[in-house]
Amino acid sequence: MMLMIFILGIIFNLLAVISLYRFPDVYTRLHGSALCTTLGSFFVYLAAIIYVIQRFGSQEITLLSFHTVFIFIMLLITVSTGSHAIARAAYKSGIMPKYAIVDKLGEKND
Amino acid sequence: MIQFIILVLIVLALVPIGRLLIGPTIADRVVAMDTMNTLVISIFVVLAIWFENILYMDIAIIYAMLSFVSTLYIAKYIEGRK
Repeated sequence: MMLMIFILGIIFNLLAVISLYRFPDVYTRLHGSALCTTLGSFFVYLAAIIYVIQRFGSQEITLLSFHTVFIFIMLLITVSTGSHAIARAAYKSGIMPKYAIVDKLGEKND
Repeated sequence: MIQFIILVLIVLALVPIGRLLIGPTIADRVVAMDTMNTLVISIFVVLAIWFENILYMDIAIIYAMLSFVSTLYIAKYIEGRK
């Protein structure tokens, strides 16, 4: 059970690392890496909580599970905010998607 | 078993160095660095349950905050230059 959830998290992290090499431009790489590392980190933390429950019983669970849930909530906020900041900065510095034909956002700014 | 999981996660965290070196633009390098930071936080959580020490959790929290601040500052730096 716990090993399967660990392997699931490792598979999603592996997909994130593969997407860094297989995707053509900045925005698709950002999409793949941000989403897959968030879901992979969720499964790794869930497996860590289950490991602690199996190892130490249920009275030791409070402090470590609180820290893990806090890290996951903070990771949800920081990864999405950082991805938005990177995408906005990449667009402002003139990087276009590889197969882009029109630029509606640039037309609206003119 | 936990050692093997930590080893796999460390190998996964070392793989984006290639994109960090060959990235065509600065934004590619920032994306690779962000992926490495998220994987390092996962490594710290697994280390905390391996060594049975709650201190690694606090290190992971501080690392997440510092990586978020560094990502925002690098994004601000990219946005400023044309």
